[in-house]
Amino acid sequence: MDATDAVIRIEGLTTHYGTRRILNNINLQVRARETLVLLGASGTGKSTLLRHILALERPTEGHVFINGIDTCRASEEELNRVRRRMGVLFQSGALFGSMTLADNVALPLRELTKLEESTIQIMVRMKLDLVGLTGFGDYMPAQLSGGMRKRAGLARALAMDPEILLFDEPSAGLDPITAAGIDALILNLKKTFPLTMVVVTHELVSAFQIADRIAMLHEGEVIALGTVEEIKQASHPRVQQFLNRVPEEQMRDREAYLRSLTAGF
Amino acid sequence: MGSLLAYVGRGTLNFLRYTGGIARLGKDAAYWTLWAPLRGKGIKGRAAIHQMVLAGVNAVPIVSLISFFVGLVLALQTAYELRKYGGTVYVVNLVAVAMSRQLGPLMTAVIVAGRSASSFAAELGTMKVGEEIDALETIGLNKVKFLVVPKFLALLLVMPCLTLLADLAGIAGGSIFTLYELGMPMGYYWTRATEALLLRDILSGLIKSVVFGIIITMVGCYEGLAVRGGAEGVGRATTSAVVTSITLVIAADMFFSVLFYYLW
Repeated sequence: MDATDAVIRIEGLTTHYGTRRILNNINLQVRARETLVLLGASGTGKSTLLRHILALERPTEGHVFINGIDTCRASEEELNRVRRRMGVLFQSGALFGSMTLADNVALPLRELTKLEESTIQIMVRMKLDLVGLTGFGDYMPAQLSGGMRKRAGLARALAMDPEILLFDEPSAGLDPITAAGIDALILNLKKTFPLTMVVVTHELVSAFQIADRIAMLHEGEVIALGTVEEIKQASHPRVQQFLNRVPEEQMRDREAYLRSLTAGF
Repeated sequence: MGSLLAYVGRGTLNFLRYTGGIARLGKDAAYWTLWAPLRGKGIKGRAAIHQMVLAGVNAVPIVSLISFFVGLVLALQTAYELRKYGGTVYVVNLVAVAMSRQLGPLMTAVIVAGRSASSFAAELGTMKVGEEIDALETIGLNKVKFLVVPKFLALLLVMPCLTLLADLAGIAGGSIFTLYELGMPMGYYWTRATEALLLRDILSGLIKSVVFGIIITMVGCYEGLAVRGGAEGVGRATTSAVVTSITLVIAADMFFSVLFYYLW
């Protein structure tokens, strides 16, 4: 793949929380208009990777380029320019609790554009329609269910017509029907708009449904990268363990187990 | 011995990290309050007014009431000692000067720290836990400008007003004691009080109140933005915001009182 057509380019990304290494030398490219799913068990660093793509965290080493701009070294103004072309759906929806849904969606438009209030109102309604929340503009986030909050979060993420859309665990904490609804929404967006998407998830069904390519993470490293078919065929034992839902092996060595219990005496 | 050194070292490092964080937040808040609006980057006026109502207007009853009580008790306690020397009339001077220079600003700051430092920490902490702060940043909006500056601006304006009110309420509290216990007419009391007060007594109190306002906002907001780990973290930050801001307010009060005593 030519490096220039990558919308998001991650190079040698290593990061630590304190002394614990979370990500280890990640190299990954997301092409224009593709949907890349970051798949992995909890604690494998996929959400951390997403936070680095959003430049919410600074890496110990390495770079994240978004449309050619190194967000780890960019000034705040450059960074804000980059962020205006990105939309994010956070795990909890992250709606501003003190504002109605309509105000939540309108916030980026009011703050970052010079559009007329009447135009903003129309755009807000369009975005809410798009995610299936027609007529919910006057509701407060606390009055909504988890699934609706995520839809509203998505409407806000779409407010500025982003080129890049990022999702952190879009179906976590939702019942299967609502989760399928969110997946369908993502697929619909993918068909309708020229979006580059990165989706963090641990849901296999969801990943297989929406992904163009999947990057499988384990202990802060990308252990497999490829299309859905390629991932299903991957020989890496951790990939197979994940796909076949095999629990972590119990500590087999009784000696070591006993030693670990009596350590320090 | 080694562990004691490590303990002291860790404590010092944490203290430096904390003050560094507060200073950085203060620098950003000053930039977004004073400098950025001049460069056409705007300021959240409506949000600031909302905060003034929450932190200022709504605090009027409690600040007045507590200062009134403090003034009354102050008059009573000083009269207890002064009457031994037949100088009960100086109760007025003492109450007026002590309220304006010391107790008005300090009581106001303690009340505002209890009401607002906690609410700032809880509000921002909850937003941090709910990823709302991250959402704000990823939209490309500055969290200091949006969340800290309205509170900062509100307290900068509200603290001197509340302090003036506390001064008045405290002196009024003293007048109740002098009226009933010493039989001093209200009119005479107020004339004596205004005669006893110099402009600098009131001004030094107001200057302190502005400093207290800065401390309360910065500590409250810093604690809130530094929250980690869910509801428990928010609770811890709220407690810490109140305790730390009251401690710093009293330390600053001491520093400024010494400064004013010798220099002004």
